Amino acid sequence: MTDTQTADPASDARRTRRRRQAEQLAERASGGVRALVLKLLLLGIVDAIAVYAVLVLIGFEQWVVIGVIAVVTAIVNWVYFSRRALPAKYLTPGVVFLVLFQVFVLVYTGYVAFTNYGTGHNGSKEQAVASLMASALERVPDSPTYPVTVVQQGDELGLLVTTPEGDALVGTSERPLEPVDAEFDGDRAVSAPGWTSLQFAEVLQRQSEVSELAVPYSDDPNDGAIRTPDGSNGYRYTSSLEYDEAAGTLTDTESGKVYRDTGVGAFTADDGTQLLPGWQITVGFDNFVRAVTDQRLAGPLVYVTLWTFAFALISVASTFFLGLFLAIAFNNARMRGRQVYRVLMILPYAIPSFLSALVWAGMMNQSFGFLNEVIFGGASIPWLTDPVMAKISILIVNLWLGFPYMFLVCTGALQSIPDELQEAATMDGARPWAVFRLIKLPLLLVSVAPLLIASFAFNFNNFNVVYMLTDGGPRDSAAPIPVGYTDILISMVYKVAFTGQTRDYGLASAYSIIIFIVVAVISIIAFRRTKSLEELNG
Amino acid sequence: MSAAVDLPVRRRTFGRWFADTGWRHLVGLVMVAFSLLPIVFVFSSSLNPQGTLTGSNALFSKIGIDSYVRILTDPKVPFPMWFANTLIIAGITAIATVFLGALAAYAFSRMRFTGRRFGLITIVVVQMFPQLLAVVAIFLLLSTIGDWFPALGLNTRLGLILVYLGGALGVNTYLMYGFFNTVPQSIDEAARIDGAGHARVFFTIILRLVAPILAVVALLSFIATVNEFVIASVVLIDTEQQTLAVGLTKLVSNPRYADWSAFSAGAVMSALPVVALFLFLQKYIVGGLTAGAVK
Repeated sequence: MTDTQTADPASDARRTRRRRQAEQLAERASGGVRALVLKLLLLGIVDAIAVYAVLVLIGFEQWVVIGVIAVVTAIVNWVYFSRRALPAKYLTPGVVFLVLFQVFVLVYTGYVAFTNYGTGHNGSKEQAVASLMASALERVPDSPTYPVTVVQQGDELGLLVTTPEGDALVGTSERPLEPVDAEFDGDRAVSAPGWTSLQFAEVLQRQSEVSELAVPYSDDPNDGAIRTPDGSNGYRYTSSLEYDEAAGTLTDTESGKVYRDTGVGAFTADDGTQLLPGWQITVGFDNFVRAVTDQRLAGPLVYVTLWTFAFALISVASTFFLGLFLAIAFNNARMRGRQVYRVLMILPYAIPSFLSALVWAGMMNQSFGFLNEVIFGGASIPWLTDPVMAKISILIVNLWLGFPYMFLVCTGALQSIPDELQEAATMDGARPWAVFRLIKLPLLLVSVAPLLIASFAFNFNNFNVVYMLTDGGPRDSAAPIPVGYTDILISMVYKVAFTGQTRDYGLASAYSIIIFIVVAVISIIAFRRTKSLEELNG
Repeated sequence: MSAAVDLPVRRRTFGRWFADTGWRHLVGLVMVAFSLLPIVFVFSSSLNPQGTLTGSNALFSKIGIDSYVRILTDPKVPFPMWFANTLIIAGITAIATVFLGALAAYAFSRMRFTGRRFGLITIVVVQMFPQLLAVVAIFLLLSTIGDWFPALGLNTRLGLILVYLGGALGVNTYLMYGFFNTVPQSIDEAARIDGAGHARVFFTIILRLVAPILAVVALLSFIATVNEFVIASVVLIDTEQQTLAVGLTKLVSNPRYADWSAFSAGAVMSALPVVALFLFLQKYIVGGLTAGAVK
């Protein structure tokens, strides 16, 4: 299927057409029955999964997602039934995953960076209203007693409530009460079709769940809910907040304070107090502006960025020079036992790096660690607790983790330089150092330069060594986010998003975007310099 | 860095030996000591029956397998589960990555089509943006998917594997593409003349000829997945679902109070299979690393 270069485009097109016909004939002749059955079977599974997914999603009314699934399934079927799309048959499986879990999530990160998504701003406005009203529930002083039975559907708990008028109603915390045909035992409804009634022992076992269960009385959140402290008698609870849907306000019925939707993603009173949880809105460049202009955030961002660059650069330089030095030292045919040294020295590279970093963290413990206690004879060196020392420690550990790779790479590169060059230079009277500096080093750099750039890119996001060794610490107590003096950008993203009291997905994504930009600029420069893409033309 | 200067030259013969290869042995010994220090330490403390970090400092003072028994049987630390999860997740990811990557590499290497160059460039560019940069979005995406399909959402191993497969067409494909190109086209042409279709050529001929690179890519992908902490720690919530990287890190988050010997025993057991595989396939891996610019 190689391209043939011809001067005449018309005959070229004809030949392509005939070749394609011939290929199709060959395909048809060679396709066995078993292969066809297997193909149909696999496609059948894919289609069955797609149909199932669509059915589930109809229940959730996710029309956009359904549309995407339908289109993708149609394309997949076309690709594998068509005789034309040969390359696509091989590319589609990988591309589907690539698009969803690599390209889409990167784009989605960009979107999240422009929202206030995070603790207190997780869901929609309706969810925020429901949650606020539920958190302010109080028992109505003169509430009648409703006999209740705790029931279950799937693993969802519900209440079967008997009204004072003798009607049976059933509902869960998600679904408001609705009438049901129940069986009665005296004046208490005890079971309803489709629901399993819980026995007394089961109610006792799940006491905390049962007592927290609040079943909305109706669609209107102002009607309150039924709750049962003991699992057999329910009472009416209403919220001390009153929701006015038309005006979009929440009113505290006790203090009379009015909270409005002022466009900041939470109900806000005139004096600025907010009711949380709020809801998720897009906030434009707020996260970026906050990251750069808020004094308490800008400081950490600057020193974290500088340290990220310093860490990546020094790591590449130190591992490269040590690796190069070792490659030269062991690149001597007269030396015995080279293989033994080699195997022992690449062990650090073979061990999963998260384990090594954790072991080093133990060894560098200030009071009990092996380094202080044994190697430095009881010294109290603050390896991981002093801002400067912790940085040095990280660089040492990363040198330990990374030098074997550079050693292997440099050894390979040195051995690929022809011996004649050295011999010729020596004949011309060049001293060994000159031979190395003027001949070997430039040749070596040409072949390892792309690897050095890749190593920089890797270390730029070398989360494991930072997180396992120091956890980014020592912690900067002045910063409002959980950031420390050895955090690099990616570990800061992780900590802002997933650790600490408040999770701020929006700010974390904004930091991610900053990393994108840096990485993109570096790759563009790298590709320009190495022209590594040129060989793709073939 | 030259140690030759510091040492006195006692005899001429020794001096010549030292200047020629002796200093190389000195460098080798120093580096081996540096390389082995944490390894010896963790191995020694894994044999120490006592638990604490301090107790581990006297190397090989006590020898026993109590800590191995402890970590394997402690009901609060489901180490065997972590081990199994890691093997399952990394194993399936490695096999699927190899398969998806090999399919794509075959297309790029053997077929000429519109968008081929664009596709190759995309793969190079995309690998510059590792998935962990999008960890927040991955978390939110899986949490949304989990609302609809609980089997694929947060806290499921399957969901995590699917996420990892998003990175299958990356540096690995590129590595394989290069290797596929070294297999002469005349081989598949001969097979096609004999009546083999493209699928048969791929599955029965090409895949066998490129077996070494498949092994290397599988191993690199396996090691990368074993090492992956960021996404795994965010996706897998329950202790029973977690991988070794997440579980062991949480176990020693405070080394002062942790059961250091039990951790060491776990670390030794976790590292052994990876190290063994690595040393076994060392020659191929080194070739692959140099060609593909990994790490």
